[in-house]
Formats: sequence, structure tokens, C-alpha cells
Amino acid sequence: MADEKNANGKNGKRAGILDQIKEDIGSLKTDLPAKAKEQVEILKNPTKTQVYTSIFRHKHDETPRNRALGVLSNVFLHLHPAKINRDAVRYSYTWGMGGITFYLFLVLTFTGVLLMFYYHPTKVQAFRDVLYLEHDVPFGKLLRNMHRWAAHLMVIAVELHMFRVFLTGSYKKPREFNWNVGVILLVLTLLLSFTGYLLPDDQLGFWAVTVGTNMARATPLLGHEGPFGSQLGMTPYNDVRFGLLGGSIVDANALLRSYIWHCIGIPIIALVFMVVHFWRVRKDGGISGPAPVILESEVKEPRK
Amino acid sequence: MDWRQIWEIVSAADNVPIIALIPLLAFFIFLAWRQGQANDLLIERLEGDAALAKTHHRKAWPFKPGWQKEIHVWPFLLRVEFLAAIIVTIILMVWSITLNAPLEEPANPNLTMNPAKAPWYFLGLQEMLVYFDPWIAGVVMPTLIIFGLMVIPYIDTNPLGAGYYTWKQRKFEIGTFLFGFIILWVSMITIGTFIRGPGWQWFWPGQTWDHNRLIYEVNRDLPDLFGITSNLWKAIFGAIVVGGYFVISGLLLHSLYRRYNPKNYQRKSLLQYSILMVFFLTMVGLPIKMLLRLLFHIKYVWITPWFNV
Repeated sequence: MADEKNANGKNGKRAGILDQIKEDIGSLKTDLPAKAKEQVEILKNPTKTQVYTSIFRHKHDETPRNRALGVLSNVFLHLHPAKINRDAVRYSYTWGMGGITFYLFLVLTFTGVLLMFYYHPTKVQAFRDVLYLEHDVPFGKLLRNMHRWAAHLMVIAVELHMFRVFLTGSYKKPREFNWNVGVILLVLTLLLSFTGYLLPDDQLGFWAVTVGTNMARATPLLGHEGPFGSQLGMTPYNDVRFGLLGGSIVDANALLRSYIWHCIGIPIIALVFMVVHFWRVRKDGGISGPAPVILESEVKEPRK
Repeated sequence: MDWRQIWEIVSAADNVPIIALIPLLAFFIFLAWRQGQANDLLIERLEGDAALAKTHHRKAWPFKPGWQKEIHVWPFLLRVEFLAAIIVTIILMVWSITLNAPLEEPANPNLTMNPAKAPWYFLGLQEMLVYFDPWIAGVVMPTLIIFGLMVIPYIDTNPLGAGYYTWKQRKFEIGTFLFGFIILWVSMITIGTFIRGPGWQWFWPGQTWDHNRLIYEVNRDLPDLFGITSNLWKAIFGAIVVGGYFVISGLLLHSLYRRYNPKNYQRKSLLQYSILMVFFLTMVGLPIKMLLRLLFHIKYVWITPWFNV
């Protein structure tokens, strides 16, 4: 204690600081090489670093445990179970159509967001934007083509997925509810495609949407040409078609409405249903098969 | 034979998906049929051999004792998914490079496209406009299709065939679905795409789309054939005919169903059975109405001041 006080004295302080600096510099000479050596050793094995272990929560050794963890502790893969039936990976059973549908949804989101950078949903600009996209934007044509064909392919994939699920009886107990969620997703897919059809603002989209929405005129009770519509006071300016188009003809408001439904409204709704759909696949016991066949004589009738 | 016309229809960019859909569908039906047949054979074998049924692993695919029943998702499933994603991406890339998305002239409300077609997946409904009023084809039918699909799991009381392809154990269910999906949905889309030309008239493949063609067809209403003139009697007559169709074909379906599907008939509650009846008979009603129109030129069966069927 006494020495320390002395060192804090008037003269002692200056000498103490110099000494300390000398000592610090001296320590660098011995510590730096040792630390550098240590650092090299650490860097030789990057999977042990704190940065790595903070990102990846476990090792990736060739052990069954780590194979399971690789799926379970990954947010993108954790919808999968760790292990599945050996026959469940057979392509001939599932056709992979559900997964392909989801993948196409991702492709469409990606290309769709890129398309949104070049597109204005107004009558003046929409068609010109598509021309600009096709002729001036780098890879713009490829982008638009890809969005178009992925959309058609998604409709096909959804229909084939439903077909497979029906043929394998996969909607039966306990998957009844998820089949219903799937039906809603099928409808949403068709609506997504249909709302996108108008956006290039060309003759093809215009007349397709005109034909499509003209049917809404004939909605019973709610359309001005439908049964009991006129009796309930429906006119072209207040019926359900007017609500869909934001007008009595397919025009600027219809373009804006289908743009918003196409880019924001329906994708969000579809995403919610997708979350439920995938979650229920797991909760209902994973994919339905290929299950062992059951004989008619083995069916146990529930008591009435 | 107008080959140029065929080429124009087939090569229209938005028709390509349907041309892709048909062979795809054929391939997958074949795939399902092959597996269903293998399973049916296995079921037949197991039903005849009780001892084998107790020990067999119950799948048409080989399985030997000692084989692992479960495999890791990583890598066995994930590599399939990854491959599928890559293959789909390649297909999309090639397709997008080789074929341009269609773009017509700017939208012009004063210049009607002829034929004005809906997107291909709605062409089945547009085709129905020929045979039904818009409120049925455009509103009631889509609604019935959606609800009809939704009730399937709740009215199908057959406990067999869950999780494997089979035909023998689910003849009625699969037959009904194939009828609805292939005959009513896909083939109507095909007709709407390839057959319907200007004025939504019927053009056989190879026939030139003549924009000036007129067809002198006199469509009659069913009550007119019977010489009924008063509106009240037309409405009553139509109600009897439509109601009679449901009652008579309902009875026919009932006797067939309970004869050939006795166990599933026993399993169904009254509500399940009546929902099945209503949807099935409505679905079968479509081609009947179409045939009435195509063969006998009958437009409406039931005429009322508010709606016509």
C-alpha cells in the first residue's frame, strides 16, 4: 500500500507511467506472437469460432443425431420431420406437385417483385411499361416470360396436386380440414392468375377480364342481370360487378384494383392459408402414404 | 384441312399450357393406374391368403426384413426437393427463353376481340355459357364446384384406400372424380381452347375460322315442343321436368348405389347421403343439358319470369 501511494506521488507518477508504458510495450513483444499463434490455431478450425457457433447451433458431423438436427434446428427446413417412411420419398407416389406449387409461388413472388419496379398500374403507363420491359429493361423480357409461364405452370401443378391427393384418398380422416384449406388455395391460385391477366392492359387481358367479370352481372340477388337482381334495386352502378371493377366498365379503377389484389391482397391471404396448409400436413401425421393396404375384412365399423 | 389455322391455334402462346397439360395428365393417370393395379393385385392376393396377410408388409414395393423402415429427411428427401426445384427452374428458363408471353395491342373497349376468351383455366365455365344462362354458368357452377370439392371428405365414408392408389376399393369415388375432373373440367377447357372460334362457334380442328360464318339454328324451349303457351304453365311444366329428373335419376342412383356399394351406403348418414345425391345429380345434369342442346336444339327446359334453366 505504501509503495503504491508513493508511486502516485508527484515524481513517482511520471516515473510510474513511463515504467508502465515500457512494461506494456515489453508485454506486446511476448504476448503478440503467442496470441497470433493462438489465433492461427483458432482460424484453422472455423467451425469452432464464436461467430460460426452463434449462427449454426450444432455440429454437422456424419452422425444420425446431427442429420436430424440439421433439419430440426433450421427454420426453413423444420417443417420436415427428422425421419420419414422409406417409401414416402418415392416420386411416383406424391408426384412432388405440392412442393412444386410452393416453389413456383416463390418464383412468382421473386419475379413479381422485380416486375413491380417497372410497372405503374395506370391506363397511361401500364401498356408502355410492358413494352419498355420487353425492349429496354435488361432481361426484362425473360422476367415477364418467366412470370407468365410460372403462373400457368402453377395452375397446372395445383390441379395435378389435387388430383393426386384425391386418387390416393389422402383427404380422408384426419386430413379432411386440410383438403378444405387446399380447395381454398386452389381458388386463390386461380384468382391470382386471373387478376394478373389484366395488368399488361392489352386486348387479351382486357377482353378476358371483361368476359370474366360480365358473369358477375348475372349473380343472383347481387347482379343487375341476375335472377331477382333488378327486383332488389341492382343497377350497373351499384351491383357486385361494380364493386369488383370500381366502375361499370373495365377501366382505370379496374386496373388499379386488380393490381392491388394481385400484388398485395391475395398473396397475403394465400400465404396465411399456406402456413395453415403446411402446418396441418405435419400435424395430421405427415404425408398420407404410401400406406399399407387395408383389406375390406379388416375394417372395423364404428359403433352407432 | 387448314394446317395454318391449326398451327395458329396450337402455337398461340397462352394455349401452350393446355397442350402441356394434356400429356402431363395422361402421364400421371398412367402412373396412378399402374400403382393402383399393383395394389389391387396385392389386395386380391392377401384376401385369398389369410396367413400371408398377417405377415406381409402390405405394399406393392419390395421390403425385406432388416431394411430400415424410416430414413433421414436430410439428405434423402431434401435432395429430391432440391432436384425438383432445379428441374422446374430449368424448364421455366428454357420455356421463357424460347417462347414469349403474349402481348396484343393496347386495350381498346371499342374493338371487340372475336373470339373473346377468358384465361384457359376458366374456359370450361365459358363453354358452359353456351348451355346455361350466365348466372348458372358464371356464378352458381363455380360455387357448386368449390362446395362440392369441400364436402368430399365429409361425405366419402369409405374407410378403404387412404394413402395408396387403388381402383377396386374405390370405384365409385374415383369414377365420379374422373368424370368431374377429366370430362367436365379438362375436356371443356380443351373444347373452349381448340374448338371454339369466332362468335364462339364450333370449328373442328383444321376448319378455317370464318368470321362471317352464320349458323341458322333454331333453338326451341322444351315447353314449346309440348305446345305450352301460357307463362304460368311453362313455369309449372319446367319445375315438374327438372324436379322429375332429380326424383327419377335420384331413385335410379339410389338403387344402383345401395346394390353395388352396400357397405358405404350403410355407413352414410341421411345428411351425407342427400348431399352426395344432390351434387352427383347436378353434376350429371350438365352433360344431359348439353346433349339436349346439341342433339335436339333445346335451349331452356324451365322458363319463369325471373330465371330460365
